[in-house]
Amino acid sequence: MSTPLLMFLGFIAVTLGITYWAAGRSSGASAFFAAGRRITGWQNGLAVAGDYMSAASFLGIAGIIAFQGYDGFMYSVGWLVAYLTVLLIVAEPLRNAGKYTMADVLAYRLHPRPVRAMASLSTLTVSTFYMIAQMVGAGSLVTLLLKDSGISFHTAVVGVGLLMIVYVVFGGMLATTWVQIVKAVLLMAGTLLLSILVIAHFGGSFGTFFDAVSRVTYHDAHGVEVTQNFLQPGLRFKPPYGALDLVSLGLALIFGTAGLPHILVRFYTVPDARTARVSVVWAMALIGSFYVMTTFLGFGAATIVGRDRIASNGGINMSAPLLAQALGGDIFFAFISAIAFATILAVVAGLTISASTSFAHDFWTNVIHHGSERHPGEEVRVARLTAFVVGAVAILIAIVLGPTANVAFLVGLAFAVAASANLPAILFSLFWKRFTTAGAVTGLATGLVSSIALILISPSVMGVDPAGAAGTMRHLIQSPPLFPLENPGIVSIPLGFLGACVGTWLSREPEAEMKFAELSVRANTGLGAEKAAGH
Amino acid sequence: MNDPNDRPSQDTDKTAAVAAATDIAPRGRDEAKAADERTAPEDAHATDWERVAAMDEFKQLLAAKRRFILPATVFFIVYYFALPLLVGYAPELMKRPVWGPVNAAYLFALSQFFMAWFLAALYVRSAGRWDRLARRIIELAARLRGGR
Repeated sequence: MSTPLLMFLGFIAVTLGITYWAAGRSSGASAFFAAGRRITGWQNGLAVAGDYMSAASFLGIAGIIAFQGYDGFMYSVGWLVAYLTVLLIVAEPLRNAGKYTMADVLAYRLHPRPVRAMASLSTLTVSTFYMIAQMVGAGSLVTLLLKDSGISFHTAVVGVGLLMIVYVVFGGMLATTWVQIVKAVLLMAGTLLLSILVIAHFGGSFGTFFDAVSRVTYHDAHGVEVTQNFLQPGLRFKPPYGALDLVSLGLALIFGTAGLPHILVRFYTVPDARTARVSVVWAMALIGSFYVMTTFLGFGAATIVGRDRIASNGGINMSAPLLAQALGGDIFFAFISAIAFATILAVVAGLTISASTSFAHDFWTNVIHHGSERHPGEEVRVARLTAFVVGAVAILIAIVLGPTANVAFLVGLAFAVAASANLPAILFSLFWKRFTTAGAVTGLATGLVSSIALILISPSVMGVDPAGAAGTMRHLIQSPPLFPLENPGIVSIPLGFLGACVGTWLSREPEAEMKFAELSVRANTGLGAEKAAGH
Repeated sequence: MNDPNDRPSQDTDKTAAVAAATDIAPRGRDEAKAADERTAPEDAHATDWERVAAMDEFKQLLAAKRRFILPATVFFIVYYFALPLLVGYAPELMKRPVWGPVNAAYLFALSQFFMAWFLAALYVRSAGRWDRLARRIIELAARLRGGR
């Protein structure tokens, strides 16, 4: 048996142990959906980091920096600064005024059924798209990492899917949280170790390191040898639309994170708003250090391994594992691969539980059954069933798409929908007294539809490929793009806000205005907020 | 109540059929009971939200929060978007080497991390003061309930 496979199995064994332990503690709605609200600040900080730093961060960003230098670092910056929006504006009011989902806050003053139905649709859209991207990524990654073990793409996808179903169905939020914590610790340790080895490779001198980064030599698409300064911007975001795309990406990252349902539900797992705040700060410390280190990983891969070797050994996403192999041999390669695998599992588990919670709590109980359970424990049973269905659907779609599908844009889509649909609704219901049900529904709908439509006609999906282009690079629609930017944020976010405003201006809802005082007191003081479960 | 048909229609009684120990607060306006339907213990916990919202202490809390959060948000949005705008529209300026081969673009990007951490630290410091105000408001609200 190969070393990577052994390490994978080790991680799986540990997480299944956690799930077994959590299963005994996950009865009751607040235990299943919110881990009894007894996660501490630093634990939740680690879990937020583990929930957030997906394979797209670890493998994707290291790869983009290794291939396109500085421009890849722009993602890293946005992904951290985005937490200021979460910390300053969203986390504490949400914890104070909500129960299990983002829609709790939206439905507080407004007619619960239409608002919850739309919010649930938006949550399911974000989670499902994000999850498909992770699953396809996981499948190709595991096949690549374990190519000596004879594990196929299908086996890998089914394996990842089954594991995430087991974590969520049996262990609920408690198991998901601890899987995320273990993953965050592993990821931070691996990244730190790798960064230290990179600097050590350059004799411990940052000067030598940056000198090498400023002269990276590789062969371009035409086989011509070029030398580039990887510290210079412009290798990825090129004229004429590069600058605009950068701003658009920035908008989606800064405003999208505070609308990501799987991040928001994490704030319901802590005892109070103060702990939610502490956990964001922990998460910012971890996420920030991680993203600073992505430059060592990416630049290290560019200089030590080289673009040419990465391209011929599995491609851009293998930059970090190949760097580990070059610096620490096969054992370290196996370790970093296992971390990548853990990363994917923790993120898909987080997505699954937020999707199931939203379906069970928002759609099933509150929209279909008018806010009450017909049988004791119905909501949790529905959530468990949903987790099973969501997992099965994700497995199926990932298998249909196959290992070469170009699905990276789905992650961008998740951020765009979160920023354009969810954030306007959250902000307005918390801070705009006049906000109405019609405003929330139109805002959510405009944001959701415009982000999806713009991505479908963007260069991420549309484009004409030269004959014989590699499968992962092929565009889904073979025709010139109608919208020039890869990221729709710059158009869809204003549209989402505009939709919410127009819907509000065209309607009046005195009942909602009357409830504003109550929501404001609750959100700002924590009066009447959900308490942690007793022992 | 044992006979399911005997239950009041869902329009009048929103008491959750099942509640975990933590399911305290009624959620959403449709879930709140009419005042004359409340049982004594429920009534004891009813808060006069309008009166709490009108308290000077609460207004102070909102003002204090606004004084920090609004400028801080504007600042970080401006500081952050300066990066893609400068990199996109003034690339020559940003490519200028500052320390050996390390250029302005990299240093500015790196500074964003320290900006975010610094702002988060400032926020936590201020929020500690708001917590004390919020606790005071919760005490006052409890007294308000007791006095009725």
